[in-house]
Amino acid sequence: MNLVTPDGGLLFWMTLIFLLLFFILAKFGFPIITGMVDKRNRHIDESLRLASEAEERMQNLAREQAELLEKTRAEQTGILREAARTRENIISQAKSEAAAQAAKMLEKAKTEIAAEKESALRDIRKEVAMIAVDVAEKVLRDKLSTQEAQSGYVGRLVDEYTQKHRS
Amino acid sequence: MKWLRFILPLLLLLPMTAKAEDGEFEVSEVIFEHIGDSYEWHFFNIGEKSVALHLPVIVRSKTSGWHCFSSSRLEHGAEHEGFIISPQSGKVVELIDGEQVRPFDISITKNVLALMMSSLLLAVLVLLSARWYRRHDVQKEAPQGIAALMEPLVMMVHDMARENIGEDYRKYSPYLCTAFFFILLNNFLGIVPFFPGGANLTGNIAVTMVLALCTFLTVNLFGTKHYYKDIFWPDVPAFLKPIMPVIEVFSALVKPISLTIRLFANMLAGHILILSLVCIIFIMYKFGPVLFGSMTVISVLFGLFMDLLECLVAFIQAYVFTMLSSIYIGLSRERGE
Repeated sequence: MNLVTPDGGLLFWMTLIFLLLFFILAKFGFPIITGMVDKRNRHIDESLRLASEAEERMQNLAREQAELLEKTRAEQTGILREAARTRENIISQAKSEAAAQAAKMLEKAKTEIAAEKESALRDIRKEVAMIAVDVAEKVLRDKLSTQEAQSGYVGRLVDEYTQKHRS
Repeated sequence: MKWLRFILPLLLLLPMTAKAEDGEFEVSEVIFEHIGDSYEWHFFNIGEKSVALHLPVIVRSKTSGWHCFSSSRLEHGAEHEGFIISPQSGKVVELIDGEQVRPFDISITKNVLALMMSSLLLAVLVLLSARWYRRHDVQKEAPQGIAALMEPLVMMVHDMARENIGEDYRKYSPYLCTAFFFILLNNFLGIVPFFPGGANLTGNIAVTMVLALCTFLTVNLFGTKHYYKDIFWPDVPAFLKPIMPVIEVFSALVKPISLTIRLFANMLAGHILILSLVCIIFIMYKFGPVLFGSMTVISVLFGLFMDLLECLVAFIQAYVFTMLSSIYIGLSRERGE
């Protein structure tokens, strides 16, 4: 039948035109389009890769920053704790030192007081002795105001002395 | 634009109106006139006068050499320089001693003119979009206009080539693109019922045969050693060795035939279906106004549906042809393990 028998003229023209079309488009048409689109796709891929790398770097940076912050905070608390401890130490040390000082001063005061007391007692004793001597002198002067009293006293003293030496 | 789709099938009827008025309406004649080739491009009739583009007849007779004249000289069975259009085959024949002898005929027929126009259109479309890429920096601008239209389709075929062919797909991608766009454009133009379109080009077996032959040659000229070894000395048990080459050669030959028939038959069937639906209107004319009116509505609705379906088929057939071609090429490029 007419429909399924290929017509020679059309075959000829079709071959000629299709091959011509193919050579024109294969040389000046499709490879340019596909080449450019491939180029763009590579560019997009590259850009995406760079973007993801940049993002990763950013994340690293952020993480580092956070780490640094964390570390600083830990250091800060450490320093604060240290400072508090030092303060406590200083205060307690000062307290104990003050206590020791006070004790020392008390001791010193005590010894001084004791020494004063001693010297005062000694003075008093000396005074008392002087007074006693004076009194004794006055008593003696009063007793020995007469000649007889005097010779009697001397005699008694000599007796006393000799008795003492004999014994 | 919507109303246009309704009018398109009606425009298709214009050439038939005169005949319908005669009262004798030959469905098969109308259909074959539309899907077949002719030496003139018939547009429509005004009254009894037909408006047509007469195309040049170029023939080479064995006895009198080359002849070139307008087909208007052969109208209504007229004879010119010993040639007539045969009433049986519709082709130009030479009368030698009362015998009809078919000369070597490379006339610019309706299909050839449609082929030239669509090829020119395709070349312009592709070269314009290629020019866009040449003049713009693709890394800075998104394609616009014609380039934006062509790019997705070109890349679809390009990616198909990459998936099916592998490594050296770049060598074959232009052929597949050309075939795809050629089929797609002509399929669509075939659906358009008036002048620049309307020729049943991809529904013509000569056209699809050339396309399939191109694929066949591409497959078999660039086949690898491994491909030919698989055909002539495949790894099969010894008793199959003599049978396998026969089967393989047969399958290699059947591939282009199936490509030819698939595209040709699909497009032809679509055209015949739409034309038949339109013809219903003219057949129903003599059955009274009620039947005529209702059937007209039905056939316009069905015609619209078929037109939309054909738009889908136009794409699918172009896609299928290209995909099968790329798969066949891919098979011939295999390198073994």
